[in-house]
Amino acid sequence: MQLTIITDLNKCVGCKSCQVSCKEHNTSGDFGPVPDHDPYREAEGMWWNRVIGMEAGEYPHVGVMYLPKACMHCYDAPCVPVCPTGASYKRDDNGVVLVDYEACIGCQLCMWACPYGVREFDEHEGVVKKCTLCIDRIEDESLPPEDRQPACVQSCPTHARTFGDLEDPDSAVAHLVAERQGFVLLPELGARPAIHYLPRRHAPGWVDAETIERVLGEGS
Amino acid sequence: MALTKGTAMHFPLENGSDLGRTRKVHTTCFMCACRCGIEVTVEHEQIRFIAGIKDSPVNKGVWCAKGGAGIMTQYSPARLMTPLMRAPGSERGQGELVPVDWETALRTVAGWLQQIRDTDPAQLAYFTGRDQMQAFNGYWARQFGTPNWAAHGGFCSVNMAAGGMYSVGGSFWEFGWPDLDAARWFMLLGVAEDHPSNPLKLAIGRLKDRGGRFVVVNPVRSGYGALADEWVPIRPGTDGALLMAMMHVLEREGLYDREFLARYTNAAGLVTVAPGQPEDGLLWKDANGEVLVATGAQTFTPFRQAGGHGRLEGVYTHAGRTYRPAFAVFQERLTTCTPAWAEAITGIPRRTIVRLALEMGTTALQHPVVVPQPWTDFYGVTHPQTVGRPVAFHAMRGLAAHTNGFQTVRALFDLMMMLGTIDRPGGFRYKSPYPKAAPPPWTPPSHRRDYQPGQPAPGPLLGYPQTPDDLLVDGDTPLRIDEAYSWKYPLAAHGVIQNVIRNAYDRRPYGIDTLMIYMSNLAWNSSWNTLETRAMLQAKDDDGNYVIPHVVVFDAYDSETVAFADIVFPDTTYLERWDAASLQDRPISEPDGPADSIRQPVVAPPPGVRPAADTLIELANRLQLPGFVENGQRRYQTYADFLQGWETSPGSGVGLLAGFRGPQGTDQYVGAPNPQQLQAYANNQAFWYDEIPSERKYYRMANQAYLDWAQSVRFVPTADPIVLQFYSEPLQTFRLAGQGLWPGKQPTHPALRARLATYFDPLPFWYPPLEEQEATAAEYPLLLITQRPMTHYHSWGSQNAWLRQLLMENPLFINPQAAHALGLTDGQWVWIESRQGRMTAKLRFSDAVEPGTVWTWNAIAKAPGAWGLHPDAPESQQAILVNHIVPDTLTSRDGQVTFNNDPITGQAGWYDTKVRVYPSELHEVWPKVAPQKPRRADMVNLPHLRYTTRKGGGR
Repeated sequence: MQLTIITDLNKCVGCKSCQVSCKEHNTSGDFGPVPDHDPYREAEGMWWNRVIGMEAGEYPHVGVMYLPKACMHCYDAPCVPVCPTGASYKRDDNGVVLVDYEACIGCQLCMWACPYGVREFDEHEGVVKKCTLCIDRIEDESLPPEDRQPACVQSCPTHARTFGDLEDPDSAVAHLVAERQGFVLLPELGARPAIHYLPRRHAPGWVDAETIERVLGEGS
Repeated sequence: MALTKGTAMHFPLENGSDLGRTRKVHTTCFMCACRCGIEVTVEHEQIRFIAGIKDSPVNKGVWCAKGGAGIMTQYSPARLMTPLMRAPGSERGQGELVPVDWETALRTVAGWLQQIRDTDPAQLAYFTGRDQMQAFNGYWARQFGTPNWAAHGGFCSVNMAAGGMYSVGGSFWEFGWPDLDAARWFMLLGVAEDHPSNPLKLAIGRLKDRGGRFVVVNPVRSGYGALADEWVPIRPGTDGALLMAMMHVLEREGLYDREFLARYTNAAGLVTVAPGQPEDGLLWKDANGEVLVATGAQTFTPFRQAGGHGRLEGVYTHAGRTYRPAFAVFQERLTTCTPAWAEAITGIPRRTIVRLALEMGTTALQHPVVVPQPWTDFYGVTHPQTVGRPVAFHAMRGLAAHTNGFQTVRALFDLMMMLGTIDRPGGFRYKSPYPKAAPPPWTPPSHRRDYQPGQPAPGPLLGYPQTPDDLLVDGDTPLRIDEAYSWKYPLAAHGVIQNVIRNAYDRRPYGIDTLMIYMSNLAWNSSWNTLETRAMLQAKDDDGNYVIPHVVVFDAYDSETVAFADIVFPDTTYLERWDAASLQDRPISEPDGPADSIRQPVVAPPPGVRPAADTLIELANRLQLPGFVENGQRRYQTYADFLQGWETSPGSGVGLLAGFRGPQGTDQYVGAPNPQQLQAYANNQAFWYDEIPSERKYYRMANQAYLDWAQSVRFVPTADPIVLQFYSEPLQTFRLAGQGLWPGKQPTHPALRARLATYFDPLPFWYPPLEEQEATAAEYPLLLITQRPMTHYHSWGSQNAWLRQLLMENPLFINPQAAHALGLTDGQWVWIESRQGRMTAKLRFSDAVEPGTVWTWNAIAKAPGAWGLHPDAPESQQAILVNHIVPDTLTSRDGQVTFNNDPITGQAGWYDTKVRVYPSELHEVWPKVAPQKPRRADMVNLPHLRYTTRKGGGR
């Protein structure tokens, strides 16, 4: 089993719902708090999931894209072998990459090793923190089954995010990756992320140039 | 809450009996105005988690960044904890406020108000902002007897609301909605990231899943626009020209729904052609007042008897008088509105305009969606199925916030009528209680004698004038302090909040005694020409007295406006009070059915804090306002009492909440007040929703089964059809008044006459925003606009510790081509100068903005020290408030002071600001305002926040 989140970039409007719902759940969760420095001045806080905004192309042919970025829960997670204490580990049963705060010595080697820059250091506790795929939600049997998914998936207002087992060929996430040309970030680095994204799908216009010219030619 | 350095927070942190318990409470979000249902998890009496309610008709289980960050708004150090009074000897605006006890605050304000009510109730101006209790506030002001009440719509989007109401008896957002579950083609105009939040995101997500085509018209590409299949950059203020040109193409290509126009709109109505005569431009009517249409060369038939066979074209004469169908008049107008004409105005290539028009026209006319649902229209004709035209639109302030916005919105609705997309599958669909008559037949009391000392006003204070006779004028003189319903702003359906302070300062039309403000930041981002506005609040007369003697502010947070108050009443947060999203106000209905919802206290408020509505009820009781106090008895002690007990008129059975009425809570819509109603809502996840049966879901303006039912539930006074107003005859009556041809009220001043004659066209047209008519317009070649970030828009809690991290400074975005032409570089400090003044900004290049526009984020900048933030916080040091240079008035050419408002509705033209941009020698934010002293000095320097609701905090 390899749990994952698939984000459909054809539906992400960059609203940061996922960024905040992550913080909201996790700051009071098993792996919290998710602290903030200087909250009422130059505030700079810890976020396990950050939405990146991008602009590409020249006016007027410019595209704007948003991409939520958190731990990729890689198959070959570079953060795991570099950890001197074994605090960073990948669960055998579901593929979730976690940090054991009791074992973490705060050396931050994992932060250097991570190609995606998604690990953050809690100076107060001296440990590295990051996305857990809301492991304390998805394994919490006191929650109704429909709530046993990451907060960021549940909150997404366009339903751009889907949670599930990438290795179950019948799962929604496996279907999406197969049918929608799912891709990973920086595949050339070889970490083999579990987290996938779905590309944009364009719905083109259908009026042909000849018709436009005809209408224009008739006095427009 | 675990805070380092042992900082104490003055909130009820741990309640012994609840220690260790977790509970979930359902309520309605108020982080913005979208009213999503939220489930709040409370652990150890602190907010553990806020999530969407899955069954909520609004947000269907999702929630946004603002909604989740509501936790931090709840614990904001900007919270006001006691009533405050301006410190003796201090000046207004310094923010030197001292705590006072509730009795002193209440007694003081009640004393001022009693004096006003006993002498001249109009001396109270009560204006509110983003509140969601306008039904209550309007009733309070009416019972007080002042004409001077409104919410913030004049500064917001009244053009959208009024333009829709005068056209189709509905509009966007609360009034109606694009049906993206069935649309194949969707055009979003003038909406970037807002309005509304989650519902529009959900809908766009579904459109994307279905592969529908998404076209975004906006000067800026961001937010929703990122997902557009086609971005159509447009010059601000020119959307009306685009819409007219698209109608030109549709008309010429025959791509419009003739049957729909003739059956359900007044496009076939015969317009009297009699220039210079009092009947000119009015619709020809029979003795019963029914509009006549031509059903033959010499056959004229009342609209409802014509069965949709009224002719759309031709010229007709009868008894020596000439008539033309409204549509024919419009066709003639469209002939000059060519794509080439629009290209020169909008900057959109003519080929693009033609292509978009053909796309929407062919989709609507040649690819209908069919719902297998029979329905019967008001003609008595049963249609075997419901056919839809799957072209949907949604629009907001990009159209509305211009001084030509009303006519632009009219153009959009006429376009939708031409395409036949009103309340049909895949098009625009109403939300209950809409549709209403277009416009609804409610008008505010219009005589000076209607506002007498010691008396309530005889009717609701806002409405929809049908003719000039409904205006609140005495000759040329307005009756209201905001000049709503005056000759300058006749259809000011939401009031004109932005006029209040300058008019009160100028004592035009009269001075006031007390300005009461609820949840509106009039000393900052809810004003324009901000610095002068602040100075007006501080101004004194020759005797050293404030020109506005008393300013009373209700707010939960230490806003910029609090610093300008003489007395402050601290309000609760939305998680601490009873409240309602009412069908009488701004409901949460969906196209498939009416809905409303409540708020209920999730946690207890701090001991010194009371809900603003409870405070207003206490004031009403002390003033013994009729309706609140009857025979010496107080009818309501709290707003919760009011929510359950108030009726639109005694015994009407219609109140604020439509669900769970009657003594058993089993009635809906109409039923006796139920003292257990709020509890019933609480037991039902805080909302009520009643799905409309399928045969009544579409064509509601003409669906007889729907109209009969709507009358029975009091949505409409009669079951008469609601004829869509392709041609707006009420506007023509105002034009006649401007031409001196109206038999009733008329203005005398030539400038007032000219405004009416020019702008009150019964058919839509495009004209340049009034700012373009300023003599200096050419000196300011760029347009300055704002966009509302999804993480902050409409949020009264954007200062909160989490949201502010998402956006705390705002550069000025400029197209690189435009910047290069001006010799400007990325990251450079510049002056932005309008005719109002200048300010600095840091430039940032973006190709996602059209070259004639510069823009920045709205709602980021704050005054130093305001909102509980450190005076050095980026919001005051790195963020800019463009309101400073948005002109509030037009340059006078006629001795009149005229606001920079739409001449029809009074909507603020805050997207019309023209600027020039040039290098700045000053490399910091300017202008600066004096810092306010943060009320929680301990919190602004808090080094760490480690929020958790776990006992003991953290691990």
